[in-house]
Amino acid sequence: MTPLLFGQIILTLFTFVALLSSAAAMVWVERRVAALLQQRRGPTRVGWQGLLQPFADVIKLMFKEELRPRAADPRLFALAPIISATAAFSAFAVVPFGASTTFFGLLKDPLKLQVSDVNVAVLVIFAIASMGVYGIVLAGWSSNSKYSLLGGLRSSAQMISYELSYGTALAGVLLVGHSTMSLTTIVDQQAGVWLGFIPRWFLFLQPLGFFIFMTAGIAETNRAPFDFPEAEQELVAGYHTEYSSMSFAMFFLAEYINMVTVSAVATDLYLGGWHGPWLPESLGWIWFLVKVGALLFFYVWMRWTLPRYRYDQLMAFGWKILLPLSVVNLLVTAAGVLYFGL
Amino acid sequence: MGSDAIAFYLLGALAIGASLLVIAQRNPIYSVLLLIASFGALSGLYVLLDAPFVAVIQIIVYAGAIMVLFLFVVMLLNAPHEETEFDERVHPLLRPGPMRFGAFLALVLGAELWWALGRGGDTGAFPGGSVTSVAVIGKALFTDYAFQFEVTSILILVAMVGAVVLAKRDHPRDRRDRGGR
Repeated sequence: MTPLLFGQIILTLFTFVALLSSAAAMVWVERRVAALLQQRRGPTRVGWQGLLQPFADVIKLMFKEELRPRAADPRLFALAPIISATAAFSAFAVVPFGASTTFFGLLKDPLKLQVSDVNVAVLVIFAIASMGVYGIVLAGWSSNSKYSLLGGLRSSAQMISYELSYGTALAGVLLVGHSTMSLTTIVDQQAGVWLGFIPRWFLFLQPLGFFIFMTAGIAETNRAPFDFPEAEQELVAGYHTEYSSMSFAMFFLAEYINMVTVSAVATDLYLGGWHGPWLPESLGWIWFLVKVGALLFFYVWMRWTLPRYRYDQLMAFGWKILLPLSVVNLLVTAAGVLYFGL
Repeated sequence: MGSDAIAFYLLGALAIGASLLVIAQRNPIYSVLLLIASFGALSGLYVLLDAPFVAVIQIIVYAGAIMVLFLFVVMLLNAPHEETEFDERVHPLLRPGPMRFGAFLALVLGAELWWALGRGGDTGAFPGGSVTSVAVIGKALFTDYAFQFEVTSILILVAMVGAVVLAKRDHPRDRRDRGGR
């Protein structure tokens, strides 16, 4: 086995474990930030500052009884959370999170900090996201409960509607990035600065695109204020009403990992990925972590600040405001690239 | 046998097996899911053919968008089991309309397959080399094939308008037919 292949296997395992722990960390951040915003303290008992709280949560979930409604479809009921979790994990496979590195001379050839460098990476993320919808829809249908079914239907309608704006916003970046679909190339085009101090992030070329991307991203991951599939006040818990124990945990895990993936993709597309001042290229992943962390904090902040929209408002916003805006953004960008050759 | 050949036979078997199971299911939801699996295997075959763009588009458009709508329809119709209106003891070819038409289509397909496989010749690599670059595909689509591209989009637009017109139709006559609901 060549050292490079060995490194690749280690990297894949590392990414898997890192995603798991990022989900655990997000559970803690979510609860502590929520408490902060509501002027209480949140979990502080388990471990220092409650840092071990996610592990306590997982152990609790593991010892819960696995329930299944008698009228549920047993095979699909078991399959749905697996689809959700698998889609969430595999989307991250094409996301680069650092420059190529030899690990301080440990390897002869540099290793890309990315599980798999696909030349249509942007589209792969899309394809896997569209597979993730099935987990939620099937969970809703197979539970044989009205709340679950409504949650599943809402989620599929919502994700299909917002996927359009999501994709059209992304097309703007592809235009600015000289029509490459490889995320690594897109990140490398954002190295350096303009006028000596403005980083060459696509955020500054595509401010509207970034806004649309993040909004549609929140809708895609079913987070507040777009968390209709599980709107507690109307649908109990939506598509995962009937789930308990570890199968519930898998949906939970999928939601947090999807958040991390959307933030990581946004960092790569708009915020310059691992490029930043002061640090050498080999330590660029620190910048990457900082940027992703900031976006994730923004997610949590939004959830505990904004109330949920009404369902008709969500649809009207998606189709009548966000989609036209993203088309305008695409047209303006295309014209700009054509006439000024950015 | 190289790893490519192994992958080809695995994916091919998966695609054919899943497609056969699609028509063997009584529950339409399982049929839809198996069809998605079959599309997934096809997409894997496209990757083997050095066409990652087509593979990903296959997943996004067919397995993602279109099949979600299928699933939607099947779920909302709530038809867990296929209902048969004909006598099951009668020979398939003697059953009413749809069955006979299906048998006819199967015959045509079989004849076409026999003809196509017997012909030989045109196999081998795509003349333009592998189409991996999205830019190349885009350029071809909007220059050489611009007419076909536009005609296709108009066709889809017409279908869309047609669907809206059919779904929105609400004549007074229809209201009367529904018993004043």
